[in-house]
Formats: sequence, structure tokens, C-alpha cells
Amino acid sequence: MGHLPRPRGPISEGIISALSGGALPSAGVTDPFGEDLQLSLYVCYELHYQGFSGVDSGWEWDPDLLRLRLDLERVFLGALRDGVPGGDDVEAAIDELMTDAPGGVSHFLEDKGELWHLREYVAHRSIYHQKEADPHAWVIPRLTGQAKASVVAVEFDEYGGGQGSAMHSALFCDLMRGLDLDDSYLAWLDDVPAPMLAVVNLMSMFGLHRSLRGALVGHFAAAEITSSPSAARMTRALDRLGVEETVFFTEHVEADAVHEQVMRRDVIGDLLRREPELTADVVFGLQATDLVEGRFAAHLLGAWDAGRTSLREAADAR
Amino acid sequence: MPDERRITMVTGGPILVEGPVEITLDDGQVVRSDRFVVALCACRRSKTYPFCDTSHRPKHRRGET
Ligand code: FES
Ligand SMILES: [Fe+2]
Ligand SMILES: [Fe+2]
Repeated sequence: MGHLPRPRGPISEGIISALSGGALPSAGVTDPFGEDLQLSLYVCYELHYQGFSGVDSGWEWDPDLLRLRLDLERVFLGALRDGVPGGDDVEAAIDELMTDAPGGVSHFLEDKGELWHLREYVAHRSIYHQKEADPHAWVIPRLTGQAKASVVAVEFDEYGGGQGSAMHSALFCDLMRGLDLDDSYLAWLDDVPAPMLAVVNLMSMFGLHRSLRGALVGHFAAAEITSSPSAARMTRALDRLGVEETVFFTEHVEADAVHEQVMRRDVIGDLLRREPELTADVVFGLQATDLVEGRFAAHLLGAWDAGRTSLREAADAR
Repeated sequence: MPDERRITMVTGGPILVEGPVEITLDDGQVVRSDRFVVALCACRRSKTYPFCDTSHRPKHRRGET
């Protein structure tokens, strides 16, 4: 369980103080990708995962907080829909993700990343990988037949095939310790800026809404499709920097080459045979994932090209 | 569980085999995987041969050279 983060604007301030005894704010007008909205959503969603120390678990289903969350989700979801081309061509949307065009974060880390870049990247990603696969587990009861069985099979792999120490979230914590980073749950939340919060908020939002199950499946497929080649580059980056804790990435090279195939054929394929009306949502999930990942990559590379930290504070990767 | 082992050939991609599997390579080396599905490289480009690492993918976006 993590600690409540520090607020980043009026809405997150109101939510965080309400969770510690104050009154709730209203959503108002706010930047969909800004710090205040993204942290607010992250805090609301965390109540459905591990919660926060010192915060009553009953907040998870507090109707006033849920109403506020829904207002924030409408702003975020609207911006995502506006930010993608859309359409109903799943194959074309997948093809867009298959490219291995240089210029991404893993390319940077493979070619010229220094240890501090790598540590920052891992600190950012920790706010997802410490709960890796959890957002996707929410879609299971919303699926049927082969699509359901195949998501469960992929998730079984993500959760270490029944072995706690092999869960991908556990392998990620091994990596963090190998880099001398604090691996306690959400230790880096205060340091991680909006672009990475948005990556996780997207999956939490898709996972928590049955109406967005098609988008969650599209998102899950997008993550699996893009992971294997980037994990291979990360393995080479770690080798070059002399980091020995490479299992998280070597496992993902091999696992996600499989997960990609299963997600495309047995999950998307089966889901759309049953519910063809979800086609546009699957495409949206594929494209929206690319959108938030692209914003995150641009943030990192922009900061690094300017020789600046990509974290919020001069956190100096503790 | 069906009686026959299900194998799926992916056009331009790997061969999917239900795991667990034990694979004997040309040089006698034996590798194992207990994953629920194993993707075996059919293009010979994988750096983690005999497992697929997605190296079979075309290098560029459609329309580019
Ligand atoms: S078939 Fe995928 S790398 Fe060879
Ligand atoms: Fe994983
Ligand atoms: Fe995976």
C-alpha cells in the first residue's frame, strides 16, 4: 500500500484532503493531460488496487468521489477520442504498431542511454509494473468463450505461472533493486509526471468500465505487440551498462512474442466474432495506447535531449 | 484438453505450439519452455532462436522502403 501523494492543483488537492477528512471539490475545467487531472485520476483508481495507508477502504465506492471521477474521466476519454484517427480497421491499427521506427525511448537507451536515464525510465514505469497485469484482470468477467480463456492464459503468464517470485511485477521489483531504486509500492508516485500517469490511467479506466472492454482488449494487444522488440533493446541497454538484473526484459522478449499472437488471434479475433459492434472500440484502444505512449516518450526524450531530469523533482533516482 | 497437440502456423510469423515443449536443436542442444503456448521461430532471424522474438516483422511501415 502506498502513501497519499502531494497534490498538483486544486482538484487533486481537494481529493487528497477529502481522503484525509476534508470536503470534495468539483471537477471544473481542466487540462485532460495535465498534472492535476492525471494525479486526481491516479489517486481515485488506486483506491481500487491497493488503496493508501491511512485512508478508509470505503472511499473506493464513495458516490460523491465516483461522480467526480466520472467527470474527470469524461474529460480524459474525450481528449483520447479526439486525439486518435479512429475507424474500424483493426489490421491497419495493428500494422501501425508493428513498425520499429527508431527514435523511441528504448532506442535512446540502447544507443546512448546512461545509467541515470535508465534509472529514471524504470522509476517512471514502476507506477505501472508494480501492478503489472492488474488492470487487465478486470476485463475477464466481461468476456466469454475463447477470448476469456485466452486472456486468462496470458494473465497466468503475467502472474508468473502461479509462482509469486516470477510474477512480472516481482521481476520488475528485482530490476529496481538491481538498479538501487526504492522498490516499495508507489515509492516514485510523487516524482512521476502526468505523461506516465496517463499511461496507467488509460488502462485503469478501460479496465474499470465494462462499456470500454473492447478498448481494454485493444490496449492489452497494443502493449503486447510493442513490448517484445523494445524489451530486446532494453536487454542490450542493460548489458551495455553492466546491469545484471535482466530477467524482466529477457522474459518479455519471449513471452510477449507469444502474447501478441494470442491477443490478436484468440482474444481480438474471438471477441469480434462474438461482438463485431466492438470493432471501433478495439481500434480506439490500440490507437489510444499509442497516443499516451507517444506523449510519454516525447516527454522523456525532450527532457533528456535538454540534459534535464524527466522526473518531477530533482529526485535523483533515490 | 484435446487429445491432439494443437499447432498453429502463422503466415510470415512463428509456429505456435501448445506448451510445455522440449526442443532438440541441430547441434543436439535441448531447450525447454513450459509456457502455455510457445512461439517457435520459423524465419530463422530470431536472436533467441528457436523462440520467436518478433524479428520476422517487416522493418518499415507500409508504404516506406
Ligand atoms: S518467426 Fe518470429 S522471429 Fe522468426
Ligand atoms: Fe508482462
Ligand atoms: Fe505480456
